[in-house]
Amino acid sequence: MMSDRVLGGVGLALAVFYAWAATIIPEPFSSDAIGPDGFPMIIALVLGLSSIYFVVKPDPEPKWPALNRLAEIGCALLVMFGYAQVLPILGFVFSTVIITAYLTWRLGAGPLTALLNGVGTSVGLFVLFELIFGLSLADGPLGF
Amino acid sequence: METFASLYEGFAVALTWQNLLLALLGCFLGTMMGALPGLGPANGVAILIPLAFTFGLSAIAALILLTSVYYGAMYGGRISSILLNIPGDEPAMMTCLDGYPMAQAGRAGEALALSGVASFVGAFFATWGLVFLAPLLVQIALLFGPGEYFVLYTLAFATLGGIAATNQAKSAFAAALGIGIAMIGVDTQTGVQRFTFGEVHLYDGIDFLIAIVGLFALSEVFVFLEHRGQNDSADEGKMKIGRVTPSLSVLRYCTPAMIRSTVLGFISGVLPGAGASLGSFLAYSVEKQVSDPRSETFGKGDPRGVAAPEAGNNAASGGALVPMLALGVPGSGTTAVLLAVLLTLNIQPGPLLFQNNPDVVWGLIAALFIGNFMLLALNIPMVGIFTRVLLVPTHILMPVVAMIAFIGIYSITGSTFELTMMVLFGALGWVLRKLDVPLVPIILGILLGNEMEVNLRRAMTISNGEWTTLFDSWLAIILWTIAIVGFVLPIFLGKRVKRKMKEAEEEGPLSD
Repeated sequence: MMSDRVLGGVGLALAVFYAWAATIIPEPFSSDAIGPDGFPMIIALVLGLSSIYFVVKPDPEPKWPALNRLAEIGCALLVMFGYAQVLPILGFVFSTVIITAYLTWRLGAGPLTALLNGVGTSVGLFVLFELIFGLSLADGPLGF
Repeated sequence: METFASLYEGFAVALTWQNLLLALLGCFLGTMMGALPGLGPANGVAILIPLAFTFGLSAIAALILLTSVYYGAMYGGRISSILLNIPGDEPAMMTCLDGYPMAQAGRAGEALALSGVASFVGAFFATWGLVFLAPLLVQIALLFGPGEYFVLYTLAFATLGGIAATNQAKSAFAAALGIGIAMIGVDTQTGVQRFTFGEVHLYDGIDFLIAIVGLFALSEVFVFLEHRGQNDSADEGKMKIGRVTPSLSVLRYCTPAMIRSTVLGFISGVLPGAGASLGSFLAYSVEKQVSDPRSETFGKGDPRGVAAPEAGNNAASGGALVPMLALGVPGSGTTAVLLAVLLTLNIQPGPLLFQNNPDVVWGLIAALFIGNFMLLALNIPMVGIFTRVLLVPTHILMPVVAMIAFIGIYSITGSTFELTMMVLFGALGWVLRKLDVPLVPIILGILLGNEMEVNLRRAMTISNGEWTTLFDSWLAIILWTIAIVGFVLPIFLGKRVKRKMKEAEEEGPLSD
């Protein structure tokens, strides 16, 4: 119940924001019959109407995970986010060892397995994609 | 006979060493991904698209590789259904019902072999259906003007939730979200910036691959983190496989079931909003009605109950290619991902594809035929390899999948901004899955949003801003009717169909 109402509220805010953003699209020099903002307006309308429906007739509450699991997902999210940021600095191999080991550990492996899987995955993928297939993965200070 | 000539040309394209090798690789990877729970065909194809693209494969080669993965995944889904009672992907759900009891009775090898043959029959004849039906549909599609195309896209979104959709508002919400994302970037008609707020990275729009890989593959990692430790009690695949050859008598016994299911599956694949899951569900329930009206053997390890859903789901996956190739409008999640493949390769599917790039279409179809035979070979004598894949624990596997997703997106964009965006899409995907908002309309919206708008604006320009142009041809009215019926019908029927599917599941061994 509550979750759907929140979704509806967020959706409604998004629809209003979207419609507003459509109104500030700069006027083009030559326009067609509906212009660059006509279709987005229709989309904002559909978004808004369906959001109102969620508020009025919400589905039963989904089963949210317990707080510690939510934190787990949040941490994984942060780690992935961090991975994207440090990739160009640390290079592919080091960053990947860290994130793979972290994910393996959090998915239920022991620390040693996690570390081994981190190193194995990272080196394995590096050999496969950079050395064999010739993709250019992110380079670190040591060149890999 | 033109069709056969085209098909012959197609084989000439597909039968090069490189393409054969790619087909084999695709079939192998596909079967493996299908077999692994949590990595369905859509995921499997999605994480491979950026890689196929950066390897610089030609359009036809990349297409052969990825459709082989698609077909392979449809074959592979059954393996874990039979051995572990966990469907490898959604369409393989019905295969659990009789496949697992057969395995428990020590007939796992037989069930695997039989379902392999059934998959082959379904996919093989569906590919023939594709050969004959797609050109016919192209003839109709050539009559479409921009107005009709706009309605056709609307139809695709309206029916995407399928007959089993329980909340159409959520489908509409998802579609609007996807189309809304597609609008970001330069407006192709007038050249003005839309929704970019001065962010340089957004000028070209959001690459649909980032959204697909994030929403599908990364959100799966979050789902696994959420459920860690809850599903670990699977029987570790210690099931005795036994003989992996189907006996002729069992095959003969199951032939009528396979034929019926192939036809049903193909039809539900072609129709909008049905797809492989419904194909296998329909095939199983009809077969049960026909062969076992008093429920004496079905659900207890009847081989026909294994053959029917497998033929059905593979026929449906072939059928789903018909609207995707002929109209450019996919009817299911996986074909939406295949559409993404085509768009990445700068190929716009639809009637013009058949006229301008017949080599691509027919080469692809020929590759499907070849792939089918490869899959039959891979799936009967070598099924043991794939059963061993199931023993790889999730905590080893999922990180590798996530890393391949990161590599793929990094290799096409080379930027931190896009990787960050992919992670955000992953989180969004997880939240939306929790809230029961379907992800496929989002993907389809991102893929088709711009085409949809372009066609609407073209139609409007032709008619000088008269909105009635969207209703002034018979074709348009028929399409509107289907769209409205397809959208409204599930509101009344959706709950019932869903309940039936649930009941079928619970009657089966899934409940224990």
